[in-house]
Amino acid sequence: MKKAILSSALAFLVIMLLNAGLKPGDNAYAFSLKNVDGKSISLSDYSDQKGVIVVFTCNPCPYANAYEQRIIALHKNYADKGFPVVAIDPNDDKISPEDTFAKMKEKAEKKGYPFPYLKDVTQEVYKSYGATNTPHVYLLQNDGGTFKVAYVGAIDNNAMDESSVTTKYVENAIQAILSGSNPSPASTKAIGCGIKSAT
Amino acid sequence: MRYWFAFIFCCMLISCESSAQSVNDINSDGLEAITRNLNDTTYVVNFWATWCSPCVKEIGYFEELHRQFNTSNVKVILVNLDFPNQVDRRVRPFLKEKKITADVLLVTDLDYNAWIDRIDPSWSGAIPATLIYNREKRVFLEKELTHEELFNYVSQIKL
Repeated sequence: MKKAILSSALAFLVIMLLNAGLKPGDNAYAFSLKNVDGKSISLSDYSDQKGVIVVFTCNPCPYANAYEQRIIALHKNYADKGFPVVAIDPNDDKISPEDTFAKMKEKAEKKGYPFPYLKDVTQEVYKSYGATNTPHVYLLQNDGGTFKVAYVGAIDNNAMDESSVTTKYVENAIQAILSGSNPSPASTKAIGCGIKSAT
Repeated sequence: MRYWFAFIFCCMLISCESSAQSVNDINSDGLEAITRNLNDTTYVVNFWATWCSPCVKEIGYFEELHRQFNTSNVKVILVNLDFPNQVDRRVRPFLKEKKITADVLLVTDLDYNAWIDRIDPSWSGAIPATLIYNREKRVFLEKELTHEELFNYVSQIKL
């Protein structure tokens, strides 16, 4: 009996921890998802990189669209410095029909995404990360073979107008890592459309 | 003289028409102020955008609340989070179509991280989100509300 109580308490604690989502310093959740080219991409494929810019984003959200070119630019500017972008569409495509795999493929081709665009079909990945919005960035740092969360949140501080941006959170965080220091701020609130969950 | 009256009448008509659809700008200090009015009025502050489908679904309930409680001490404020450059193209036509008469405010401070915690520290930034409060009670709801939920919350909270 005691054991049962203890294990259910433990299970509850685990659920609580999972629900809280990943914070700076936490180990990243390893994923393996289907890319728009049909191939599977895993976080472990990036073990030779310094880090990964994981961006939860989607097709129809105006914020995702406003940030699209900036996400492409992040990849172009930082992939060869060891920080490539991996984009993940977490939306349930029954609730959000613009986010079907076919439409994602169309978008990636039309906009010439230079990075993978993965579908979180079971929605397990975004829930494990604790993402709430699109776009929502998890900047991962490769810490001796283990990916750790270095920064969570928004890309910069003006979604609508790139020319009015005064703080580039993600770029600053990468620069901090490259210069051997910790990102500050290590987290902001991601602004955008709520992720469409099937459950 | 007659023309003068006709002119004034037309002006009044136009101003009535535009006041029904007015969208006033609000900055971060203004936002904080409308969430801190500690008096007998119960404020229902809904954060929404035309691109947010659950927001669009529930906005009629807020308008109904506004019309029903217009003369009593409940005040509905619809805070719009469309990009400011979309107001004429999307927001105004939407308000007209849905016949919205409740107050609509447009957020002009796009550095959301500078003000979002001042509304409620628990807010992830996702919408729809609704704050219902008065001098005694305060509830922040980061979710889509049904008609029943909204009216129940308001009747439980209002003084």
